[in-house]
Amino acid sequence: MIANIGYGALCITLVIAVYGIVAAIYGSQRKSPYWVDSARNAMLLTFPLLTLSVIALEILLVNGNYELDYVASVTSKSMPLYLKITALWGGQAGSLVFWTWVMSAFASAVTLRNWERDREFLPWVIVVALVTLTFFLGLIIFVENPFARVWVFGGSVIVKSMFPPAGAALFFQEDGRGLNPLLRHPGMIIHPPMLYIGFVAFVIPYAFAIAALITGRTDDRWIRITRRWTLVAWLFLSLGLLLGGRWAYDVLGWGGYWGWDPVEISALMPWLTGTAFLHSVMIQEKRGMLKHWNMVLIILTYDLVIFGTFLTRSGVLSSVHAFAQSSIGPLFFGFIGLTFVVSLSLLLNRWNELKSEAHLTSLLSREALFLLNNLLFLGILVVSFWGVIFPLLSELITGQKVTVGPPFYQRATAPLFAGLLLLMGIAPLSAWRHSTVQTLGKALWKPTIVSLFGPLIAAVFGIHYWAALLGFWLVAFVASVTFYEYGRAVIARSHSRSEPIWRAFWELAGRNRRRYGGYIIHLGVAMMGLGIIGVEMFQTETQGTIGPGQELKLGHYSISYDSIAIFDTSDGRNVARAVVNIYKDGHLVGEVYPRRDYYYESQQPMTIPGVRSTMEDDLYVILVDWKPVSTSMATFKIYHNPLVNWLWLGGLVFILGALVAAWPDRDEQTVRVKKKKESLVRSNA
Amino acid sequence: MKTRNAIKLLFFSIGMMVVFSSSIVALAQSGSPPTITDDQVNAIAKELYCPVCENVPLDVCGTQACEQWRELIRQKLAEGWSSVQIKQYFVDQYGYRVLATPPARGFNWLIYVIPPLSILAGGFILYRALRSWKTSQMVNKHQGDNSLLNKKDDYLTRIEEELKQR
Amino acid sequence: MENRKSESHTSFSKKKTIWGRIFVWGALIIFLILLALGLLRTQKGPVGVGDKTPNFTLTTFDGEQISLSSLKGKVVLINFWASWCTPCEQEAAELEMAWQSYQGSGKVIFLGVDYVDTEPEAQAYLQKYNISYPNGPDLGTRISQAFRIRGVPETYILDQNGIIQFVQIGPFRSSSQIQSVIDSFLQP
Repeated sequence: MIANIGYGALCITLVIAVYGIVAAIYGSQRKSPYWVDSARNAMLLTFPLLTLSVIALEILLVNGNYELDYVASVTSKSMPLYLKITALWGGQAGSLVFWTWVMSAFASAVTLRNWERDREFLPWVIVVALVTLTFFLGLIIFVENPFARVWVFGGSVIVKSMFPPAGAALFFQEDGRGLNPLLRHPGMIIHPPMLYIGFVAFVIPYAFAIAALITGRTDDRWIRITRRWTLVAWLFLSLGLLLGGRWAYDVLGWGGYWGWDPVEISALMPWLTGTAFLHSVMIQEKRGMLKHWNMVLIILTYDLVIFGTFLTRSGVLSSVHAFAQSSIGPLFFGFIGLTFVVSLSLLLNRWNELKSEAHLTSLLSREALFLLNNLLFLGILVVSFWGVIFPLLSELITGQKVTVGPPFYQRATAPLFAGLLLLMGIAPLSAWRHSTVQTLGKALWKPTIVSLFGPLIAAVFGIHYWAALLGFWLVAFVASVTFYEYGRAVIARSHSRSEPIWRAFWELAGRNRRRYGGYIIHLGVAMMGLGIIGVEMFQTETQGTIGPGQELKLGHYSISYDSIAIFDTSDGRNVARAVVNIYKDGHLVGEVYPRRDYYYESQQPMTIPGVRSTMEDDLYVILVDWKPVSTSMATFKIYHNPLVNWLWLGGLVFILGALVAAWPDRDEQTVRVKKKKESLVRSNA
Repeated sequence: MKTRNAIKLLFFSIGMMVVFSSSIVALAQSGSPPTITDDQVNAIAKELYCPVCENVPLDVCGTQACEQWRELIRQKLAEGWSSVQIKQYFVDQYGYRVLATPPARGFNWLIYVIPPLSILAGGFILYRALRSWKTSQMVNKHQGDNSLLNKKDDYLTRIEEELKQR
Repeated sequence: MENRKSESHTSFSKKKTIWGRIFVWGALIIFLILLALGLLRTQKGPVGVGDKTPNFTLTTFDGEQISLSSLKGKVVLINFWASWCTPCEQEAAELEMAWQSYQGSGKVIFLGVDYVDTEPEAQAYLQKYNISYPNGPDLGTRISQAFRIRGVPETYILDQNGIIQFVQIGPFRSSSQIQSVIDSFLQP
């Protein structure tokens, strides 16, 4: 019954969405506010309906209605309640429902805004949002239905369908197969929704861009409206990527956080274009340049979202993360073709109108440096895209399967990332329009000298590898420029208004959230860079088989094997948990418990490392092999990951900065006036 | 005679020693897994991919098949193979997909060429655009400079008309 | 002001934009075709009944070269297996038993293709189940790619003309099951 309600709600939503599209187009053609309002109401109605559907699915998941195939495939009786709830996005069908629900929430929120000044955008924003929604609803209803039941047909044949085939009986399963053990981790519980929200929210700026293209109102109005939405999308996407990295570090047991796997890359690609977009829209806002470029970037971002979803869900590429594959490939392909072709024709149709006055005073001005930043981001995109698509191409043309693994991406992107860090140091100190070698040099020399302490300290600690020294310098450079620039403003303000420093700091961030939020993000990136250099360049590892009381050495560290316990847990696992002592230079510094969980239901082992973590380094211990008796040998693998904690800490700072930048203003109008004043002050200075 | 016998004996014993010691070496080689450490095996396994699982490096893969492959690496190392030989053996047996990156030969060459080329092309386009924006600025400044503007006269009039229309 | 930029370009930029458009559309079309082909490939299952098999040469563990084309006129059973595959062990003895019954006739040949395996373990496996029909490694996974197998064990039975007549995904249950299939092709 509940399943029927959920399914019915989905079907009604689909009908309403299709109606909304038709009404919006008709209303826009006829210039009839009546039809546009009707379309808007249709848009708003999708949210409560989809909420009803999500609630229905949640009830079924929590109740354990295993006659539903989806429920049986992602939950089991032994799973705790919170996992049953989050199993909503633990499989293909459910995560599609979740996706449409979030999508509808975002689109409804944007239709609720005040449209007084932008009435001509409204119908087309609704059309884009509803077309995307319709597509995903179609996938759910016709291909991947989470409410489909399992039927027994003539005693043995099992059919999945919503309604009973003639002469079939409902097939009741005693218990479900349970959630993929890899997904039973706090990081994995929040990681997918963050990523999905990030993906979905990019639909909003894209919808406005398309509306601007269709209506021909191609000034920067659409950018001003969607600025905050873009930042929110970007914030969630960044958070999703970070959580994914943390999850990999905690659960996958290979001592790393990023494996350049196709699924990871397909989430990174829209982030790259999105980040490039966030920078280049500033050029359009300040200088009125690059209208078509910003269109290209936002269209690319949306299409990469769809393309990434297609890659990971259609089974075209195989990957460790491909938890949910199915027959949705062809439909998805059709949708990709549609969005690409429509976006491109609209864009080319308006190409000449989008041409804008473009003047450049200096190749060192901030707009020129931002464009260089765009080039580097797109360079990383090209490397990522080519690396992901190449195995497909190679198999089609030479008939040979090849692997494109981390060494390729690392070598190709390292200089590009280094270039981005360098720009991140220079650009904040360069001015819009005018910047000469003299002015830039004058602004840069102090932080540059300070930053030289970075590699100097590293050299004192005995690091002589040039790439590492360069990396440390870049990180120090970004950090010192950021502190310098922010600090200068804070001191100036606290002097002129005789405010305490902390207050000036806070007030400044509040005045120009985007700029100072951006600086905080830059600082976070510098910290993350430190962690990445630490792991990528200085990770060491060793593996050995030791008996109780014996030691295994790695650099300054050694571990000694204390004991092992093997037991069953109530949630269906067999756990082998070792107790290992960690010594640093001969002193006991900690105890860790690397373990191997074996899930009976899914017959899948999981390797959970024991990690001793400090700001200086992590010691990451994995239990590789063991004998059931505590007195015999066990094999351990140890990774020494220097500075890796800076990656996570930097990630927190990064997200904090993104929150500052994306925080909604009380009143957009007043802020814009203030901003103008501020930029005037700045250009005078 | 005696000296000859002595020499023969010497030769014989040397020969025996050679045979004996070489057999020891052979013995040590055939039964020597303990001399190859896990770290040596992992150093090579790290650069190879598990042939049956997708995108999992061989040194971190936990399946039984992967354990067999690591054992194979250990065995080959014990036989004195170099890491290049072992990788080649894996390629011959399981195809190019076991390598972390495709070899830069034939069609696969493209993977290393396209990204730098397209970045260079992007850089060139950007440079050209920046230059043209700079010169258009110059044109702006030197409105009187006819040599630049004469050619575009008809175009200018058209633009002015368009501007009037707005 | 709006058109200042286009002014600096003029008619030659018009030509450029046309070529730009052709380039962009071409790239998009190539990209979509590539995706479509990739998708078709993944949607295609293993080769099926009625398909003609691609020719291949199997180098057996004994060093013998067996080319499929040289086996025309015989019923050929091709079995994909691996020593690390537990389901394969269920059918190993059954396959050998079936092979014993045809060995002398000369009308039937069994080929074992060892999919991504290590040689010592493979040899041990062959010995353990006393397998006597020719077996060899799938060098470079060429054969398994040609058959687009999805896993092991998979077995393909070809008639005298090299056409696939029977596909078994997963292990055979018994030697009599194998024999009944092969016998149906032996009757003229």
